[in-house]
Amino acid sequence: MTGFDVPRFAKLLDRGHGGRLGIRYHGHADGEDGWVELALPPAEALVGDTATGAMAAGPIVTLMDMAASIAIWARRGRFVPHATLDLRLDHLRPVVAGRTLIGRGECYRIAGPVAYVRGQAHDGDPADPVAQIVGTFMTTDAA
Amino acid sequence: MIALPPYAALLGLTMTADDRGVPVLTMPFADGVLGRPGFLHGGAIAGLLEIAAIAALRHALGTDDAGVIPLTITVDYRRGGRDAPTLATGIVTRLGTRIAHVDATAWQDDPARPIATARTNWRLDRPS
Repeated sequence: MTGFDVPRFAKLLDRGHGGRLGIRYHGHADGEDGWVELALPPAEALVGDTATGAMAAGPIVTLMDMAASIAIWARRGRFVPHATLDLRLDHLRPVVAGRTLIGRGECYRIAGPVAYVRGQAHDGDPADPVAQIVGTFMTTDAA
Repeated sequence: MIALPPYAALLGLTMTADDRGVPVLTMPFADGVLGRPGFLHGGAIAGLLEIAAIAALRHALGTDDAGVIPLTITVDYRRGGRDAPTLATGIVTRLGTRIAHVDATAWQDDPARPIATARTNWRLDRPS
């Protein structure tokens, strides 16, 4: 699984919605139990509930969708265009304002064009996550 | 009308209402909401759907005093979001005392052909 350079690829993600949110590479591990971590810096513009100051779901889904996507390409060993089929986000607790969010995505199974992912996001303590996701992706090239 | 949160401004959302007064959100197609080249980012679509769900829920509650705490959101992506405005609205399928369920749908040219749908669950913190 050395055909896909995760940090090098993650540097290219400075455009689109992820780029607008300032999402950047944080860490990764290669191999069967590999994972990819991206970081989402805090910003007032990410607030989804003015009354509580809690972060909206959109930025968290964006962070986790991207971490999971890169984890899939790392596991495939190459970039293959794909689209999200479905994604569930569990809000475990509100995101504390002013803290960077770290999202870890894992691809735990690939079945032909379909990839299965899961992940967690935390804001400083991995043992106290703020969100958990599970989802599936499918390649967009008719292959 | 409900006040939209800062993240709605980042997505460029504007709010109108359908003929029953239920909020309808519109997200313009712009560089800041793109994912893979030429398509909307799934995260931006999820963000739009969540805000449509909150707007529908606030409309159903008829007050800004109740706290709405997000529990889960499950998004099904049906087709790619192309270079066109995306509209979204929510349907409150159950409004309980402590829990609410809201379905949200997002479409571009035809409401009958959604680009994505979401099921969302909320905890309600009503003033006693």
